[in-house]
Amino acid sequence: MASIWQYANPKKFIDTTDRFLPWLSALALICLVVGLVWGFFFTPEDYRQGSTVKIIYLHVPSALMAINAWLMMLVASLIWIVRRHHVSALAARAAAPIGAMMTVIALVTGAIWGQPMWGTWWAWDPRLTSFLILFLFYLGYMALWAAIENDDTAADLTSVLCLVGSVFALLSRYAVNFWNQGLHQGASLSLDKEENVADVFYHPLLVSIAGFVLLFIALVFLRTQTEIRARRMRALLARERLQ
Amino acid sequence: MMPELGKYADAVLSSYGISIALLLVLVIASVHRARRVRRELDEVEQRIRRNG
Repeated sequence: MASIWQYANPKKFIDTTDRFLPWLSALALICLVVGLVWGFFFTPEDYRQGSTVKIIYLHVPSALMAINAWLMMLVASLIWIVRRHHVSALAARAAAPIGAMMTVIALVTGAIWGQPMWGTWWAWDPRLTSFLILFLFYLGYMALWAAIENDDTAADLTSVLCLVGSVFALLSRYAVNFWNQGLHQGASLSLDKEENVADVFYHPLLVSIAGFVLLFIALVFLRTQTEIRARRMRALLARERLQ
Repeated sequence: MMPELGKYADAVLSSYGISIALLLVLVIASVHRARRVRRELDEVEQRIRRNG
């Protein structure tokens, strides 16, 4: 059986992801369109939240991806630290802007939902605050990559930053459970059917989440390919300057 | 066709508008950079091949 580590070879990674990218992109687009159109046009109002419940199809998937993008970066960073595979460090770098954008979408849609429901755009609630700190970590992570010229040094330092930031990624997910205070309600999705949102909202939400997950994977593949090519270009230019 | 959004229409529509716009920016920027880097790498590789 082929080892997963064969994809640590940049050429193998590009060749393989090139085959999957069109399918992933098409599937992501279909799921996003179906999930959002279903949620926006064909779901009823909630008896308490009114039509603002429709924001759930954007807010929950983006918040989920904001946290999971960081966890994916954590795994990739650990692989870099332990095995020194450049592709994994570059995949973590590629995922950061996507995660940052997902965090922005989660924060903005949360604020827009919070204004009519909570009567405020923002509260220093544990989950909201840890999410804001996670966003700052994303910015710091991207800035660190951009500030350091040597790719290996940048990968080392950003991997350590990623380890530290993981605390806030986990806090963002579990803050509601850790501190039984603040405005933010518990998770909308649960394995316990009693705690889940009603099926009429749940099914389009699942399709929307699938769309966000597939979009994330497709973008990580595309952006990692770009980072691999950019790294090769920097190496070729450096060699050319030396000759 | 448009669902009745009532008094929360502004909140719902602005959430969808902003989120879709941000997702489009992310996708377009990623595709644009991918194409640019690919083209630049091709140029560098061709130049190096030409110069031996």
